[in-house]
Amino acid sequence: MDLSLTSVSHRYGTTEVLSDISLDIADGRIMCIVGPSGCGKSTLLRMIGGLERPDRGRIVQNGAVPEGCLNPLTYVFQDFALLPWRSVAGNVGLVLEDHRLPRTHRDAIIADVLARTNLTEFRDAWPRQLSGGMKQRVAIARALAVKPAVMLMDEPLSALDAQTRELLMDDLVALWTRAPFTAVYVTHNLAEAVRLGHRIVVLSRRPGRIRDIVEIDIPLAERRASAPALEAHQSHLWQLMRDEAAAAVQELHDA
Amino acid sequence: MMPELQTTPVPFRGGGFRLRRVRGVGLAVFVLLVALVEWGTRSGAISALTLPRPSDVGTTLWDLAASGMLFTHLVPSLSRLAVGSVLGISAGIGIGVLMGLFSLVRAGLAPVVAALFPIPKIALLPLFVIWFGIDEGSKYALIALGTFTPTVVATYGAVDTVDRTLIRMGQSFGLDWLSIVRKIVLPGALPGILSGLRVSLAIGIILLVAAEMLGAEHGIGAYILQAGSLYDLERLFAGVVILSALGVVTSAAIGWAERRLLAWRG
Ligand SMILES: Nc1ncnc2c1ncn2[C@@H]1O[C@H](COP(=O)(O)OP(=O)(O)O)[C@@H](O)[C@H]1O
Ligand SMILES: [Mg+2]
Repeated sequence: MDLSLTSVSHRYGTTEVLSDISLDIADGRIMCIVGPSGCGKSTLLRMIGGLERPDRGRIVQNGAVPEGCLNPLTYVFQDFALLPWRSVAGNVGLVLEDHRLPRTHRDAIIADVLARTNLTEFRDAWPRQLSGGMKQRVAIARALAVKPAVMLMDEPLSALDAQTRELLMDDLVALWTRAPFTAVYVTHNLAEAVRLGHRIVVLSRRPGRIRDIVEIDIPLAERRASAPALEAHQSHLWQLMRDEAAAAVQELHDA
Repeated sequence: MMPELQTTPVPFRGGGFRLRRVRGVGLAVFVLLVALVEWGTRSGAISALTLPRPSDVGTTLWDLAASGMLFTHLVPSLSRLAVGSVLGISAGIGIGVLMGLFSLVRAGLAPVVAALFPIPKIALLPLFVIWFGIDEGSKYALIALGTFTPTVVATYGAVDTVDRTLIRMGQSFGLDWLSIVRKIVLPGALPGILSGLRVSLAIGIILLVAAEMLGAEHGIGAYILQAGSLYDLERLFAGVVILSALGVVTSAAIGWAERRLLAWRG
């Protein structure tokens, strides 16, 4: 299933947040959206996921939802959004309970996604007992459980320390290599973008417009941290963003 | 020669501001207070008209239990408290949740609740007698109204504190409305609701006694009223001890429920 956005614009009150965004989100690939803080990345992602309506423009799905998919557009949140009163398995089960699945089927899905994210032995732990990286793996397992057509990830690694971030990036690459998924991955971290993105969309500062789109042809599994080719892409992206980011830092926030 | 260096340890400035569970101290303070009064009344430092001797109060309680009259008074009181507070608390939680979820309900009912809250409910007892009869009905209504208002206020406040990102998460996974309320809003509001219940039940006990003082043959309130009108301080204090015990038991029950239901907080 593909998604396409045509001239999406939005304003909050008198603040113009997004301006004339047109994009195609291709099936089976990861699209990264980078841009300075406050440029409307999260807003754009909420619109793609149907949690908010754009003032102008259209967002459409092309093609049928794949078979077995329970929630076509599925989020992974920056702050994990786990229910503290449910165990790891309970948090994954939550998103399956409203679908009429036989109990054995549901248990099989939970066991499968926990195994894929290396969480099997933590299935009965409470979220408070887990580190940030483990919590985000639970959230990724929960997202995988509904077999999404498109994963919408809003800075999923930004709340984690640098080492954990590296490990989780490897996990994501391994997951994608085994079973390619479609994702829109919002980040302000250019190293993440060049490691995970097949295509990188650079937004300007607010109001966010598309400054550039960069394609990276190296297969995900072959991208190593600080490989020269990636470094080159990363510094090119930084050239594009630098002035925008500097100007964005000077702006007042009123969120 | 090396100059003499002065060394002082870095002064410690941390610590405090953290409560832990201390067992036994509550009981020790209680025993100490009772022993003090016992000593005072025996030595004459406290006159018999000021306070009864704790040991006499104990004997009175023992006789009350032995004669079976304890149950004659306790059973109607407990059933009034149970019926009234179950009515008031369930209505309070139900309406509180609706006020927490729907702007229209909140806007409509918040002023009503604010107007009801400060009314001394005892003042309404004659009205309730007319509406619900002199028997159990008016007592249930009084306790129900008295527990309702604090429960409503605690509940909608608790619903307000539920993390909105969790609700957003539920919506983004396509959970239906009822699932979001049952699995996200209610568990998230539970800590606040339970601490509201402590207040509600204490108010329930106060109103129970008030209602029984105004017209009941049996019940702890009636027992205390009889003793008071005869200036029988031993029996009066025996009644008060029963009420305190009731308060301690309900509070312990809520503490137990918190430890069971909120185990996830660690
Ligand atoms: N619900 C909202 N109401 C009003 N302003 C908002 C709202 N959400 C975001 N904004 C504003 O829109 C701009 C873009 O926000 P956001 O999409 O969160 O940016 P980013 O994720 O790129 O940092 C910010 O200036 C923010 O203050
Ligand atoms: Mg954001």
